[in-house]
Amino acid sequence: MKHTISVLLQNKPGVLSRVTGLFSGRGFNIESLSVAQTLEQDVSCLTLVTSGEDTIIEQITKQLHKLIDVIKVTDMCEHDNVEREMALIRVKAEAHTRAEVLRIIDIFRGKVIDVGPKSYVLEITGKASKLQAVIDILRPIGIQEIVRSGTIAMTRAQKS
Amino acid sequence: MKLTGAQAFLKCLEEHGVEVIFGYPGGALIDVYDELMKNDKIHHVLTRHEQAAVHAADAYGRIKGSVGVALVTSGPGATNAVTGIASAYLDSIPLIVFTGQVPTKLIGNDAFQEVDIVGITRPITKHNYLVKDADDLVPIIREAFHLAKTGRPGPVLIDMPKDVLATRITYPEAKTISMRTYKPTYEPHPGQIEKACQAMLKAKKPVIYAGGGVILSDSNEELTSLARQLNIPVTMTLMGLGGFPGTDPLSMGMLGMHGTYYANMAVANCDLLIAVGARFDDRVTGRIDAFAPHAEIIHIDIDPSSISKNVRVDIPIVADCKNALVAINAWFARSSEFNAKECLEKNRPWHEQIKEWKTKHPLGYVEETDIIKPQFVIQKLHELTGGDAIITTEVGQHQMWTAQFYHFNKPRQWATSGGLGVMGYGFPAAIGAQMAAPDKVVIDIAGDGSIQMNIQELATCKQEKLPVKVAILNNGYLGMVRQWQELFYNKQYSSTVMEVAPDFVKVAEAYGAVGLRATKPSEVEPVIREALKINNTVFMDFVIAREEGVYPMVPAGKATTEMLLV
Ligand SMILES: Cc1ncc(C[n+]2csc(CCOP(=O)(O)OP(=O)(O)O)c2C)c(N)n1
Ligand SMILES: [Mg+2]
Repeated sequence: MKHTISVLLQNKPGVLSRVTGLFSGRGFNIESLSVAQTLEQDVSCLTLVTSGEDTIIEQITKQLHKLIDVIKVTDMCEHDNVEREMALIRVKAEAHTRAEVLRIIDIFRGKVIDVGPKSYVLEITGKASKLQAVIDILRPIGIQEIVRSGTIAMTRAQKS
Repeated sequence: MKLTGAQAFLKCLEEHGVEVIFGYPGGALIDVYDELMKNDKIHHVLTRHEQAAVHAADAYGRIKGSVGVALVTSGPGATNAVTGIASAYLDSIPLIVFTGQVPTKLIGNDAFQEVDIVGITRPITKHNYLVKDADDLVPIIREAFHLAKTGRPGPVLIDMPKDVLATRITYPEAKTISMRTYKPTYEPHPGQIEKACQAMLKAKKPVIYAGGGVILSDSNEELTSLARQLNIPVTMTLMGLGGFPGTDPLSMGMLGMHGTYYANMAVANCDLLIAVGARFDDRVTGRIDAFAPHAEIIHIDIDPSSISKNVRVDIPIVADCKNALVAINAWFARSSEFNAKECLEKNRPWHEQIKEWKTKHPLGYVEETDIIKPQFVIQKLHELTGGDAIITTEVGQHQMWTAQFYHFNKPRQWATSGGLGVMGYGFPAAIGAQMAAPDKVVIDIAGDGSIQMNIQELATCKQEKLPVKVAILNNGYLGMVRQWQELFYNKQYSSTVMEVAPDFVKVAEAYGAVGLRATKPSEVEPVIREALKINNTVFMDFVIAREEGVYPMVPAGKATTEMLLV
């Protein structure tokens, strides 16, 4: 099963390679990864998506915890959470397809962020499944390039 | 008053009570060595190879129960230290390795003798540091000592650029260390203790499986009283030897690949397995699904990631072994349900069963009159040292025979490279051990192959006037590999015959040490007696039965009950 794991780390040189080295050294896989500073200047948040049986996920979280620079490890699947990914898509946009591209991107609440004579660059955010849906719909029109971010996630506010 | 980085480094070692360090100089460390010469509190042992410096520091720490310190230069000095660091990491040995590094402004330039040792050692250290700012040096060293010895111990590496060692700084005042990200769990959860004790009360066929964690946490006494009070038989891992008295009637010796028949049978048939500071290594478990298949498993370990890593655990207890055992013993002391007599009665059939296994296949070997059997040498060493020597080993058959036949009764009497299995560990380790315990008899039990991996340390012994004894079990083979070839590769002794070997007696003499040789069983005792009398380094060359095997043996990947016996 897929798991999104959120890791708070000390923002120090080499910390990222401690995490990725742990994954490669122990044969765990990383499907996506994203990392940036948090509200606290010296703390980064790393979000990674991995998959495996429960025993593997248990080892992953324990081993991450063991790294001295790791502050907190949260398996997002154990919480009610929101997840987002972003994709930038360069799609063919010639006279006869421009309107259609705009319609599609509107339906998915994306944006055109660069306009060229024969192409658009689209920005779209959402869950991985939504991004995949957009990509599948645009494909027949002609996708020239895709860049996708890793997943980021946040727990939802507690109700009550 | 301001100090240079090099001065602050030494002062910080003094602050941590360091009296002995093991190392090897080089350009990047020349400032430190300049200061060392003026320092009369810290004794520097110049080994003849950086790998040896790290093994020596490792064993020094093991025997003394402190944090060993090694100091090596940048580039090749640092890479030579890697094997030693990896060995300490796999055995969870507290150790700090300081490496010299090129000046900060050259880092990343492929400068002369520059390697990214922090990158190289990331997966084989508990933590590591590159000191970029001289003001961070002392706080980092303090943190490193804290990390090395607390929680699950392990090696920490500190990389010190040359300019950092020359920069003048104000020596910071000592503060208590509190790390936001690092808070090992020492105290067991009372609910888990309760569950574990209830399981022990119920068990009819319990076994204690004790590992290196018992030694590291100094909990041998607590373990011993638990085993005796509840009448539970004990088996130990290679790292756990000495954690429970090897000559005690409850001891079943070592388990696993070369464990005793009865220890492996007991684990395979027990209804409760109490793992204390052990990590279910593949050399212990054999085929994993056949390991303790009928048992409920209690696992005490300070490292949560060790628990349920290889084998599912029913009652995990994350804690320092000592604290957990104290809590368990206290539970039985106040429990009204526990009755020692009843307990004895309840376990009686189990002990009878174990006795039967012991009688059926005791640990043994076929004795011979005209050729020296390696096991006989170990038995004699045990007898003539009263079982009280500090023993180190290299890696191979001799190591397993030592584990089987030198019945360790005390902790911190034994140093071997367990997890990594480094040939070349034992001799430098004996140097470290002798520095830690100058008045003790220290013996490296070696193979003829392994001893050649760090034989240059004869010079270190001579220089430090260390009466280290080396017992070479000379079979003219890389015996352990040969044994596998014999059993599983049609006796094709590919590259395991030591076709060329030095005369070990003459090698010893060339370094100013003493060399003795025994070729007949009757010469074994006189050679050992003489060696023990000599106040000098001694090589004892025991020419042994060439193709003796280590038995019992569980072939790799087989169930531990599928043992090959003598
Ligand atoms: C550094 C290193 N290289 C290779 C090995 C693989 N190995 C394990 S035991 C062994 C043979 C050791 O021979 P010797 O020291 O003569 O001991 P014996 O088994 O004959 O007692 C070898 C080559 C190892 N453990 N360590
Ligand atoms: Mg040999």
